[in-house]
Amino acid sequence: MTHLQAGPYHQAGQYHYDEIDRRFLAERVEQFRRQVERRISGELTEAEFRPLRLMNGLYLQLHAYMLRVAVPYGVLSSAQLRQLAAIGRKYDRGYGHFTTRQNLQFNWIKLVDVPAILDDLAKVDMHAIQTSGNCIRNVTTDQFAGAAEDEVVDPRVYAEIMRQWSTLHPEFTFLPRKFKIAITGSPHDRAALAIHDVAVRARRLADGAVGFDIYVGGGLGRSPFLAKLLREGLPEADLLAYLEAVLRIYNQYGRRDNIYKARIKILVHEVGIDKLRQQIDAEFERIRGPKYRLESAIVDAIRAHFAPPPFEVLPDEVPSVVVAMTGDAAFARWVQTNVVRHRQPGYASVTISLKPAGGIPGDATSEQMEAVADLAERFSFGELRVSHEQNLVLAHVRRDALHALWTELGKHGLETANAGLIGDIIACPGLDYCALANARSIPLAQQISERFADPERQHLIGELKIKMSGCINACGHHHVGHIGVLGVDKHGVETYQITIGGSADEKAALGAVVGPAVGYDEVTDKIERLVAAYLDWRLEGERFIDTVARLGVKAFRERVYGPAA
Amino acid sequence: MALLLKDGAVAENSWLAIDDEAVTVPEGPVIVSLERWRRDRAALSARNTPLGVRLKSDQLAGEVAADLDRFTLVALEFPVFRDGRAFSTARELREHHGFTGEIRAVGHVLPDQYQFLVRTGFTSVEVADTAKLESWRHALSEISVAYQAALTDDTPLSNLRRRVGTVG
Repeated sequence: MTHLQAGPYHQAGQYHYDEIDRRFLAERVEQFRRQVERRISGELTEAEFRPLRLMNGLYLQLHAYMLRVAVPYGVLSSAQLRQLAAIGRKYDRGYGHFTTRQNLQFNWIKLVDVPAILDDLAKVDMHAIQTSGNCIRNVTTDQFAGAAEDEVVDPRVYAEIMRQWSTLHPEFTFLPRKFKIAITGSPHDRAALAIHDVAVRARRLADGAVGFDIYVGGGLGRSPFLAKLLREGLPEADLLAYLEAVLRIYNQYGRRDNIYKARIKILVHEVGIDKLRQQIDAEFERIRGPKYRLESAIVDAIRAHFAPPPFEVLPDEVPSVVVAMTGDAAFARWVQTNVVRHRQPGYASVTISLKPAGGIPGDATSEQMEAVADLAERFSFGELRVSHEQNLVLAHVRRDALHALWTELGKHGLETANAGLIGDIIACPGLDYCALANARSIPLAQQISERFADPERQHLIGELKIKMSGCINACGHHHVGHIGVLGVDKHGVETYQITIGGSADEKAALGAVVGPAVGYDEVTDKIERLVAAYLDWRLEGERFIDTVARLGVKAFRERVYGPAA
Repeated sequence: MALLLKDGAVAENSWLAIDDEAVTVPEGPVIVSLERWRRDRAALSARNTPLGVRLKSDQLAGEVAADLDRFTLVALEFPVFRDGRAFSTARELREHHGFTGEIRAVGHVLPDQYQFLVRTGFTSVEVADTAKLESWRHALSEISVAYQAALTDDTPLSNLRRRVGTVG
């Protein structure tokens, strides 16, 4: 197995492991191998083994073990994606599932195979560390990082720094509950900052230096909260010291008596943001010092890993694209929804939708992964990303190659033109896999995407984000869906609560319940009626979410459920 | 029979844990609860032998900060290994309050946590289950690289990385 450096695309914008990192990873795999042996020998009880396996990404689900592989801030090389495809073929059922935390899950894993899988992952510098458990999870970011036209600071640099800092952190590995960090470096928030335990907005301070606004206490689940501003304009050098202070206060004061009240959002809610800020600031002043300072030399060394790929100098407008668009309506639709502007003239970023009509959101077969790996090498410097919306992204594609890329994608069922549209549904695994779920979500997502399969109709409706969870834990982010669907168990019957008006971007909002919960067979009809109301009422240029904001939830309730409801 | 570990090896335990209800306190170094320390402060201070205090996981460093010069040892309790508060308490004792005596982990801890204990300032571990001794011996050398600054490892390898553990 060749390492990344051996490939032709070692310039891919990601952190490149060296011998020290590889040694760490090999030791970690060996440590887990021994933990499995100690469990089998009985030295470790199941209660003791459970958190250890979770911190190595291994869950026990309804039907089998699930292994959640870390994709740090969603960035993968072609070589890594090929290895994931191979693992999917060898140890799973020939596919993998991309998650809202930019990771990849294998849903049909045998415990006995896990050490071998971890070995295979380590061969391409990958692992499953801290993808579960009550520790700092994989740091997530903007899927267009390093390419977005509106980006002011490259968030990957600081995501990598936070990844390293949080890896096997000696103080923060047995927290009250899981801890999720997201970062963006653009004014437009594509990383859903507001629903994270800590969110970092990287920006330029008045003097031009990099600084951070820190938010705390976002999270969904049974008590949804949007993150609150904790600290403005934190200097770069203080990033880790400040995070240490936040985590230390949480580790000491976060509730441990009730799993449902253990996230930092509850601490923020109960203590109050102002008092918590005082505690954190006091701790920060104690910690701040040379030892925990993030030196600019370290930042520079890590930034070097994310240098721009060798772009060609190109004109911004490419006539061949325009020509092809006018001649091919399907291609034109795809360009309109799945292609976004790039900061480099002549380039674009492409979303590869993993949401075909009737498909399982976020699933990709091993063949599809291999095809995308090849296309990433051919069209995007051997690098790709996973988005929190469960799609894949080729970040750096020449505009004059878009038609060729689209044609190739079409050969593998990956040309669906619905990024951001009603078919681009976020859904948790639900009752089909998950031991926590109360209701199915995947089949419902399939049903909705089939109902709205007509590409012309989807484009007519425009941006509309449906997010769906099969239980109150809200892995499908239903609270922040433009339309949210929550499955609950009502006396043994799957029942669904529909919300509207939620949003996960820089104008984040929690959705409001639109009417009484409905049965499985009624959800798609209700959504269709919501959409019909929007189409009747929308003003020029209004998205679904804008019309809801203008007219209010009540208007939609009366239209969909009748005035008496 | 509980064993004491220091630096990955079995060490002699010269301390005696005193029950809150024990009427007499024997000679020699003893460890008392925070409650007993508060109750019998004068009598315990009058003794001319080393004194240790034992904190429950919800008794944080601030509770003993003013009295730390009286204690040679602070024992931090893990009611269950998943309760990680004592990692922060140890670090606060060292970094914020300048405590230089022994910090001992007591209660339910796993070998898999040994390196975290050392790196947050613990100096000894009371091990209840001798069957796990081999795992404890092994624990400090399992991982040789850390990615963040902590108490025991001040020489960076490069960037955020440091060498840790007992093998070079």
